Parts: sequence; structure tokens; C-alpha cells
Amino acid sequence: MEWLSMNQWSPYVAGAGIGVLSWFTFLLSDKPLGCSTAFARTSGMIERLFRGRKVMEKPYYKEFPPTVDWEWMLVLGIVIGSFVSAQLSGEFYLRWVPGRWEVAFGHEPWLRVIMALVGGMLMGFGARWAGGCTSGHGISGTLQLSVSSWLAALCFFIGGIATVELIFRILVG
Amino acid sequence: MFTTFHSKKGPQLLLGLGMGIVFGFLLQKGGVTNYDVIIGQLLLDDFTVVKVMLTAVVTGMPGVYLLKTLGLGKLHPKPGSFGTSVIGGLIFGVGFGTLGYCPGTIAGAVGQGYLDALFGGVIGVLIGAGLFAVLYPRLDEGILHKGDFGELTFPRLLKVNHWIVVIPVILVLVCFLLMLEKVGL
Repeated sequence: MEWLSMNQWSPYVAGAGIGVLSWFTFLLSDKPLGCSTAFARTSGMIERLFRGRKVMEKPYYKEFPPTVDWEWMLVLGIVIGSFVSAQLSGEFYLRWVPGRWEVAFGHEPWLRVIMALVGGMLMGFGARWAGGCTSGHGISGTLQLSVSSWLAALCFFIGGIATVELIFRILVG
Repeated sequence: MFTTFHSKKGPQLLLGLGMGIVFGFLLQKGGVTNYDVIIGQLLLDDFTVVKVMLTAVVTGMPGVYLLKTLGLGKLHPKPGSFGTSVIGGLIFGVGFGTLGYCPGTIAGAVGQGYLDALFGGVIGVLIGAGLFAVLYPRLDEGILHKGDFGELTFPRLLKVNHWIVVIPVILVLVCFLLMLEKVGL
């Protein structure tokens, strides 16, 4: 069982595993792998705690009701699965600043957290605008040969590459 | 064959959780829940993310299309337009680069102990998604439908049997992966 405690698997093994997993999501659950709708539903659930049932009248939440569904459970599962994997390889520990960020911008947590917050807002907004994320469009959509997904996935990377270039190569110099 | 099972709520929620655990395990073992790996991909010096994604596509595509051919599964291509995919995709990309995780891998990053993902990224994604829900009625009247093409797939666009597209796409993606290995990326 040594493979369970390995730090990292070949990306081809992990990728093929995700491909096979997607066969089963289609067969057993009639669903593609996807994550970003779960965040939109959670956002609606939190808003509902403060504003009550009025939230349900928003047109967006009529289309995507703020309730726990298959995909919401999938995202919860990701947290658990990643924890188990990291725990088995001794890679689970709490940290505020990832390595490459620290090299470029130092170890102050607040700067990293503010950037993550701003990035998260843009990504959450963009994911709902595009109707999917790196899993829903990038993996599940492209493997179904969906036109919207190939276009979206291409734009995810164009936007991401340009931004990281700006942050890490132009700002830092 | 599984259609009645698809509508059983309790078992499906449990199945979603189980499949998520497998997904999270694979993402973490693949290295893509790691900020440094994602930033390395966007800086084009570490191709792990592309390798994981394309291998998943190459493996998933023939299986899912086989399920469709055998009548055991249905496709769910997302509807879209140039307005949603291009503009939404670019906004997502800017956020993706700034945050260094995506909605799936951020859940994995949280599970691995990244507090910047939990207290910065996840809160940000929830705020961003909420803002979109506020602006949705206005956006839905215009820009989201610019260049609308609906639930289009490439086989339908080209009006050919899906295997005529599936097989060449797999070959091209496999060649691309072999080329990455050959140049040492």
C-alpha cells in the first residue's frame, strides 16, 4: 500500500483516474464532474440566513436553488479526499503562504490573503458568468466536446497566463 | 438502466460525497491542489496541470461517448455563447491567476491545510458568486446571449458521427502530451 502514502503520483495516473471517475459520474449519477455551482448555492444559503426567504425570489436562485445537491456533496468530498491523501503522505499542515508566493512577496499572511480574496471574487464571478470552471468546463465539458467549454477553457488559461505573467514577471521584475 | 437510481435523492447525495472523496484524493495526489504547481503551469514552467487535465479528457471522452452509444448515459454539454464563454472565461482566468487555485482545487487546498485558500479564496469565491446573482437579471438581458450557440458540441457543429471527432481529438491530445515529454516539460 505504499502508493497511498506517496507524495505525488504521475500526473498521467491521477488524470486517468479522474477520467475513469467521470465515466461513473455519468453512468451512476447522470452528472458531469463540476464544482463552481456549489459555491453559488452556498452563497445563496448564507444570504438566506441573513435575508430570509426573499433570497429565493432572485431569478438566479430560481435557476440554481440554494440547496445541498449532488455537486455540493462532491465539493465537500474533495475537501475530505484531499485531506486523507495529504494526511497519508504527511503533507497536511496548516500554512498561510504558499512557497512561490513567499519567494516573490515575503511571508506576510495579510498580503497573500487579500490577493486570494480579490482573486476569489473575480474567479467566483467569472465562473458563474462562464457557466462553469476548470472542472465543469475544463474537464467535463471538453471531454463531451462541448463548444462552449473548449472556448471557456481556452479563455481561462489566456486570462490566467496573462495575469500571472503580470504579477510574477512584471510586478516583481 | 440506472435512470430510476438517478432520481433517488439520498443515495445520490451519498454517491456525490464518495465520488468527491475520490476526486479530491486524485487531485491531491496529482499535485494540482498545490498553489505552486498551478502558478508554475500559468508561468509555463511546470505542465502538471495540463497533463492531469488532458489525460482526464483523453480517458474520459471515449468512455462517456461509449456510454452514450450504448444508451447507458446522456451527454450534458453546457449551453453557452461567445458572451458567456469568452468574457466569463477571461474574468475567471484573471481570478484564477490572482488566486492560484480553481473552484475544485481550492476545496482540495483547504483539505491540505492552506489557510489562504480558506480565509481568502473561498470567501472571495462566495462573494463573487453572490455578486453575479445580483447582476444576473441585467446581464441575462444582454451580454450573456451575445453570439448564443446553445448546447452545441463539435460533432453536431460538423454534422458528423461523434466517433469521427472523438478519435482524431484523442490522437491530437496524446501527441501533444508526448511532445511535452519529448521537450522535457
